[in-house]
Amino acid sequence: MHQIDRIKIAKRIVQELKQGQVVNLGVGIPTLIPDYLGEKKLVLQSENGLLGMGPTPSAEKVNMDLISASKAPITMEIGASLFDSSNSFAMIRGGHIDVAVLGVLQVDQTGEIANWAVPGQTILGVGGAMDLVAGANKIIVATVHSSKNGEPKLVKELTFPSSGNRKADLVVSEHAVFKFEDGTMKLVEILSDIRIEELIEITGADFEYNSEITNA
Amino acid sequence: MEKLLEKEEFIKFVKDGDKLLVGGFGMSGTPLTLIDEIAASSLKNLTVVSNNLGEPGKGLGILLNEKKLNKAIGSYFTTNRDAVQAWVDGELEIELIPQGTLAEAVRCGGAGIGGFYTKTAVGTKLAEGKEVRVIEGERFILEKAIKGDVSLIKAHKADHLGNLVYDHTGRNFNPVMATASKVVIAEVDEIVKNGELNPSEIVTPHVYVDYIVKSHYVKKAGVFVASD
Repeated sequence: MHQIDRIKIAKRIVQELKQGQVVNLGVGIPTLIPDYLGEKKLVLQSENGLLGMGPTPSAEKVNMDLISASKAPITMEIGASLFDSSNSFAMIRGGHIDVAVLGVLQVDQTGEIANWAVPGQTILGVGGAMDLVAGANKIIVATVHSSKNGEPKLVKELTFPSSGNRKADLVVSEHAVFKFEDGTMKLVEILSDIRIEELIEITGADFEYNSEITNA
Repeated sequence: MEKLLEKEEFIKFVKDGDKLLVGGFGMSGTPLTLIDEIAASSLKNLTVVSNNLGEPGKGLGILLNEKKLNKAIGSYFTTNRDAVQAWVDGELEIELIPQGTLAEAVRCGGAGIGGFYTKTAVGTKLAEGKEVRVIEGERFILEKAIKGDVSLIKAHKADHLGNLVYDHTGRNFNPVMATASKVVIAEVDEIVKNGELNPSEIVTPHVYVDYIVKSHYVKKAGVFVASD
């Protein structure tokens, strides 16, 4: 998978985020988002206990007791606050996070997400994935269109274990943006020079589209 | 009661087979001195409740390598390949709990609450065998509270009463774990006179803390290293 695709996805998701929103960024592509915000300011929540996460510090200011959920050193923005894990997840589960941007293994055509376990492999980590899926007010999925093995990541039905019943709102890949409405996946925008026939072919999930989008 | 102990002294409060609640997120806010002492002791068959098992050969990873652990309960063990291997080899039992459910279960354990209904993990493998209940139209699962025999936590500063303040995100699970065991031992970087901590800024009131041990680690270039 090309970094240029990952950056493209991150930049497109930035357009969906509004000034001042409280946002939790998952691992993978979502961690690229802070580099492409431009003038937009978000309030980033880190589930290990910080609201108001800032950029990476210079080497001399690193404190490994001020880290992100990915365990990398970070800084705090003005107005930041610190709290314990139970409070952090009350914030997440209780609907106080505006948007969670999540990487996934698969998302199905209803918006159900699999982002914690691969069948046949050891399942020894879930972290905060299920809490974010259950609790964030809006879920945006950031994913490349196909896996390393060329398998579609947007699928009819999950073959990987579900992260919960709660559905995603939007998925952004290097080729397209889709939204989920009433259990149906709908094409919102094509982001590459791919033809609609090709997009249908490389997308495992069924989706609705109209000619205004495909001719754009 | 004098709460300050030498690092060797706290071991007498831990028994074979105990369930230990251990603070920390990755290596941040981890009681490294207390872990070293347990690794050097004859203790065995311990269960650890902690978000992770440190990293290979670091933090709680040391207890794993020293074969002190029978079981680990937490949310994310994948970052320690030794834990994965021990599980594959059948040497370590693992119970996986979503991170927010883990934090809340321990909070309840310390707050006299037997369990709680959460929407996290509804419809997933981690909800299998758990009671499902519909409340005001939404599905929840029952999660039971978690309590321990001994909590090993890490704070930045303590006074002699045992009031604690933490260093940034080193706080993580430590305040809830300070509430949920019969015996609570806090490793701290610094011990100050009573009255020096601003009451408005104390995170863990001393009533929760039984003993204090001064850390044998010092921070260099932002990372804790052994001082002796």
